[in-house]
Amino acid sequence: MKQLLILSGKGGTGKTTIASAFIKLSGAKIYADCDIDAPNLHLIMAQNIEPKRTDYFGMPKAEIDIDKCIECGLCKENCRFDAISNKNGFMVDPYACEGCGVCEAFCPVNAVSMKPAIAGELMLYADDNNVFSTAQLKMGSGTSGKLVTEVKKQMRTMESPDTKLAIIDGSPGIGCPVIASLSGVDMVLIVAEPSISGISDMERIIKTAETFNTKIGVCINKYATNPANTEKIEEYCKEKGLPFTGRIPFDPEAVAAINNGQTIVDVDCPAGAAAKEVFSSTMKLLIKESDGADA
Amino acid sequence: MRIAVLSGKGGTGKTLVSVNLTAVAKSSTYIDCDVEEPNGYLFFKPKNIQEEEVYIQIPKVDENLCSGCRKCVNFCKFNALAYIKDKLIIFEDICHSCGGCILLCSEKALAEKVRVIGRIQKGSSEQVTVYTGILNTGETSGTPIIKKLLDENKPEIKNTTFIDCPPGSACIVMESIKDADYCILVAEPTLFGVYNLNMVYDLVRLFNKPHGVVLNKCLDGENPAESFCVENNVPILGRIPFDNDLGSLNSNAKIAARESERYKVLFSSLLETVMKEVRHETTINPQR
Repeated sequence: MKQLLILSGKGGTGKTTIASAFIKLSGAKIYADCDIDAPNLHLIMAQNIEPKRTDYFGMPKAEIDIDKCIECGLCKENCRFDAISNKNGFMVDPYACEGCGVCEAFCPVNAVSMKPAIAGELMLYADDNNVFSTAQLKMGSGTSGKLVTEVKKQMRTMESPDTKLAIIDGSPGIGCPVIASLSGVDMVLIVAEPSISGISDMERIIKTAETFNTKIGVCINKYATNPANTEKIEEYCKEKGLPFTGRIPFDPEAVAAINNGQTIVDVDCPAGAAAKEVFSSTMKLLIKESDGADA
Repeated sequence: MRIAVLSGKGGTGKTLVSVNLTAVAKSSTYIDCDVEEPNGYLFFKPKNIQEEEVYIQIPKVDENLCSGCRKCVNFCKFNALAYIKDKLIIFEDICHSCGGCILLCSEKALAEKVRVIGRIQKGSSEQVTVYTGILNTGETSGTPIIKKLLDENKPEIKNTTFIDCPPGSACIVMESIKDADYCILVAEPTLFGVYNLNMVYDLVRLFNKPHGVVLNKCLDGENPAESFCVENNVPILGRIPFDNDLGSLNSNAKIAARESERYKVLFSSLLETVMKEVRHETTINPQR
């Protein structure tokens, strides 16, 4: 099975719009949304199915038993995350606690214990034809990389020998969830936007993806909004030897389709037509280069 | 006065709003906490840049002192240490810098070393002081950079300060709004925009932050983000139209309020509304 991951660096360039179009076009039976901070793919791809929900436990959180506490202050002193305060007795701020266990190890009277904590929820939408794995991180939670890994793992449990393709919608940025989503994929498609900000962010996500030695393709969304910057992106790809898989125009009909819960290839619109071309050159790239690697 | 600008969804206009509000606020401070993909500096093009590295502390081992007891390996909740073939191995990338292994080592074989994860730049653009946090590519967590950015600006903030937050609603966003006096939520009129607006709306309520919404990319007709605000009784601070001139200025990293009188008026009036709200909130909730 080949895994295609869609990333962008900058937010709002159209990752989910393109991921949902690709899922439709490819008939991919397995797909995932790794943007667990702000997931959206389910709004398009899973409107009428109830998912199977599983609690996701992140790192355990420290808890102080006030009755046992002798107020020596060792926990507070050794906590690197400023998670322990002493206002009316020693207390742990569960949002700041990273679950390292230092306070537990140093408490002379065993007043600290590490308690399991729910950090999010995994969702699995499955019917006879499709499997869609996604999750929602709890507000203000850390450990987002681990949850991304769980989303991908959950997706793969439903893989069968004749599954050819999985499409994964990624998150913005270059940090922990993005890095977790990159591991093990066969190709990354970067959706760039022709703005100065978009170009800066694209360069940073390409640098990040390169450290994984993953195949990279680039496409441009909303290209006509700034033709000069579109040129710059294509020029950049040429210089870096990165395959360019096409341009998609800004298209009010595409916006309307998404707002109706449809993909942009469900309606007859310029953006949908362009997405089809981007899809076919992306698939060629995904398959062609892997043949080369196999030979 | 610290005002954080956030949105949940990426690309709704956090940077547009925070950059332009800072620009019309004249003598003020802009802090870019989107350390994974900072963009504000591209607009401000700050001068007289001072740069400082941001580092975290991680363990290093003195092999001559290590007895192979594995106390550290068993302790580390992040599995950042392993003892393989009579050798202690430290996985620097997954270390959370809790310092536990060093404190626990009875042979004093572990000591601290620094690892640079990014940098902070301070510069000026007209009357605006611009702070930018930049995470090195390949690093996983920008939280220490955000902490440093915000801690450094804590004492005597006389200036109005705008904090440009990262997208999402995870720990990194929480860190960015932690000390904010007021939160501006930027929303776009799309299905995705409203869904993610709902998430940050929950986040700011969870942390008990006074807040209001700026509706960006407004078109004629029904605006689902506006309906959300009306239903939930969230104050609407202002509306920014979807228009090509603004889009083009913004995509070329130009500060609209500095380039055109029309946008200067728009953002000045938005600033006035925001400041009125902030003053109102801080009077009814002075403890904040």
